[in-house]
Amino acid sequence: MATSVLEQTHVAKRGTLASWLTTVDHKKIGILYGASAFLFFLIGGIEALIIRTQLARPDATLVSPEFYNQLFTMHGTTMIFLGVMPLSAMFFNFFIPLLIGARDVAFPRLNAMSLWVFILGGLFMNFSFLMNAAPNGGWFGYAPLSSRQYSPGLNMDFWVIGLQILGIASLAAGVNFFTTILNMRARGMTLMRMPMFVWTTLITQILVLLSFPVITVALILLMVDRTFGASFFSVGGGGDPMLWQHLFWVFGHPEVYILILPAFGIISEILPVFSRKPLFGYSAMVFSSAFIAFLGFGVWSHHMFSTGMGPLADTFFSLATMLIAIPTGVKIFNWIGTLWGGSLQFKTPMLFALGFIAMFITGGLSGVMHSVAPADLQQTDTYFVVAHFHYVLFGGSIFALTAGAYYWWPKMFGTMLNETIGKWHFWLMLAGFNLTFFPMHFAGLLGMPRRIYTYPAGLGFELFNMMATVGAFLLAFSILVFMYNMWVTVRRNVPAPADPWGGATLEWTIPSPPQEWNFTVEPVVAERDPVWAMKRAAGVRTLPEPTLDSGKGIHLPGPSWWPLVVAVGILVFFIGFMVKHSYAFPFGPITIVGFLLTAVGIFKWAYEAPDANAPKH
Amino acid sequence: MPTPPSTEDVSTMSSATLAHDETHDAHEGHHTSFPIDNRKLAIWSFIGSECLFFATLISTFLIYKDSHPKGPGPKDIFEVPLVTGGTAVLLFSSFFVVMALNGAQEGNRKKMLGWLAATIGCGLFFMGMQVYEFSHFYHEGLGYTTNLFGTSFYTLTGFHGTHVAIGTLWLITVFKDAVKGNLPPAKALNLELAALYWHFVDVVWIIIFPVVYLMSLRS
Ligand code: HEM
Ligand SMILES: [Cu+2]
Repeated sequence: MATSVLEQTHVAKRGTLASWLTTVDHKKIGILYGASAFLFFLIGGIEALIIRTQLARPDATLVSPEFYNQLFTMHGTTMIFLGVMPLSAMFFNFFIPLLIGARDVAFPRLNAMSLWVFILGGLFMNFSFLMNAAPNGGWFGYAPLSSRQYSPGLNMDFWVIGLQILGIASLAAGVNFFTTILNMRARGMTLMRMPMFVWTTLITQILVLLSFPVITVALILLMVDRTFGASFFSVGGGGDPMLWQHLFWVFGHPEVYILILPAFGIISEILPVFSRKPLFGYSAMVFSSAFIAFLGFGVWSHHMFSTGMGPLADTFFSLATMLIAIPTGVKIFNWIGTLWGGSLQFKTPMLFALGFIAMFITGGLSGVMHSVAPADLQQTDTYFVVAHFHYVLFGGSIFALTAGAYYWWPKMFGTMLNETIGKWHFWLMLAGFNLTFFPMHFAGLLGMPRRIYTYPAGLGFELFNMMATVGAFLLAFSILVFMYNMWVTVRRNVPAPADPWGGATLEWTIPSPPQEWNFTVEPVVAERDPVWAMKRAAGVRTLPEPTLDSGKGIHLPGPSWWPLVVAVGILVFFIGFMVKHSYAFPFGPITIVGFLLTAVGIFKWAYEAPDANAPKH
Repeated sequence: MPTPPSTEDVSTMSSATLAHDETHDAHEGHHTSFPIDNRKLAIWSFIGSECLFFATLISTFLIYKDSHPKGPGPKDIFEVPLVTGGTAVLLFSSFFVVMALNGAQEGNRKKMLGWLAATIGCGLFFMGMQVYEFSHFYHEGLGYTTNLFGTSFYTLTGFHGTHVAIGTLWLITVFKDAVKGNLPPAKALNLELAALYWHFVDVVWIIIFPVVYLMSLRS
């Protein structure tokens, strides 16, 4: 009986602060990831609005040039590391265990640690604003601009150390989800029966595992340069600034796939459900995702055409980059193939998914234009590039994440987002987005440089910039509409059914929101789209939730403080590097305190019985 | 029709309930999709990641190994016999830890503790060698920022040394557990994980030794 399960499972007291701080439940962790990432996303958006207001008219002086540098640096850094990546992580956390029919992730406490390291790292970076020392050297931190000589203040220390901290969160999550997906699948869920989102998540984690160590080392070298006056990247001491660019982009290019692959996965879940057809070309989808990731490691230097690498390197990276268009094209054709002949339902998640396809194609096409080295030499570091990457990052990632938010909201919170407001949200966002970023192509082709503080009148930039700024405010308004939708939904609190869309995957077989133990009975899978198969066999539209009658308890790990302690320790450890210290004694007392706190946390964690804090049963 | 709970499900659940007193993250005792433990898979994926970490550091060293406009270069200071000794010790320690694991799996406490102590000793010896080497180089005039050869050498081998230190610490905690009698054959995996990491740290040194010490001497 369901109640006997409840009695035997230590359900934490809901709502108390401590229960959120100590939670190891992947669903609560997912919600915390989502809430904090959305907040950071809003901060990044406000930064964008200030940038756009400054650029609305020629010769504007709304902000100082110094502050402008901080704005675009923090905007880019925030959107990538504190917005899109953790918003994807929200879906990994909440849905990967549900999609693969597992009770939890492989390492629940490690998962909690990732979350807290991420939140603390993000707060740390933004704290720089309060010290009037926000990072100001671009989200790519090009050396030697980011070296002590040209960036003497604490600004770039915040950036280097903040990224180092965030990298720990990503790596821990990478190990965790890699293991979870490979090892915790329900019986019968072979690799080729995994939902597409699980596949793209797995590939994303592999990219994280292989690309983050490279940026970790690059940041270490930069920190050594800045702290000890070494010269890895300074020409004066025999160093090579190109090394920074290579290391950064060996990480940076895979990173863009880390941002977009989860989006591909979400879209591949949504399109079939609202077309009432299985995903077209599933195995082609799997292999093209893997191929994209593989190629992603071989094309980093297309970010460096203008650095004078020579014709041979330019040709190689040009061709390698163009190759990526093939697997990407395969995906787009498969999505269209999924729609083809389906009975389409234009619910809000579907609208955002379709918006994704259109915007992503636009961004992809200008991407192919960049792969041609001679063309790139003209376009690089102009607003054309800004237009391109916003089409893929915003039109791609954010549209897909929004689609996912509408699609999975009922499962996460047990209520339905309002459809009418959702449609307003979609059309406003689509209009605002295109009005903001399409004119940037033209401004770029006219030669308007990227990262520019202001521009003189009479170069033909005025109209396009004004359009972009108006668009940006429209876009911001659409986000307000989204927030209004969430508010209305929370206030009305109308319960959602377990399976509002007629879904194909396992999460729709359990109540909304799911109980703490996810599945009362561990599912067994016999094919792809298992829930459709079960419904077909049973001749019903939604499945009843199975009840467990064995009377056996379900084992869940108990809450723990140690992940939070370790995260705080890591933060303190790194803050120690910010404090001025002498060459002879590089590790100040703060570093040592942080180290000890981390060490104690890890030992306590290792020796803590997983259910030490849970009621005995 | 939802799939009814199979007998297998029920038995997994009870074995999970039985696994209560163990120190582990959840789900030991649950089925895994591959015939490999979660923690082992996690260590493997972490090691994969670490490979890239050291590959990047080694590449940086290779770029800068000849960059010593002032101060000593590799030929002036490397002491190959000493490092060969340290390398050999580390190499043997990989064998020792396999013997210790073997003892743990057989439930042979004496064998396990003996070989484990030997492994830890090797780790400490290696760290001692590195401390000696660093201070020796420093007295020869190679400070951390004297030249790029030095900076990249110290950074690479320093981070390797840190890994050795972490590995040694890990082995010591396992040793402590074993002394207390908390390492029955059923939990030999606790040692195996540390051993995997230890092997990895050794293998990295087996690459660093020829690439850093021997190749730099030729140029
Ligand atoms: C609210 C909508 C957004 C607006 C209006 C906006 C606007 C801008 C503008 C005007 C710039 C150029 C700054 C300059 O070159 O002077 C910029 C840069 C950038 N944006 Fe956005 N952006 C938005 C959303 C996003 C999102 C969602 C992402 C990523 C997921 C993103 C990532 C970036 C990056 C990486 C840069 C480059 C920063 C740099 O050059 O250092 N933006 N954005
Ligand atoms: Cu790229």
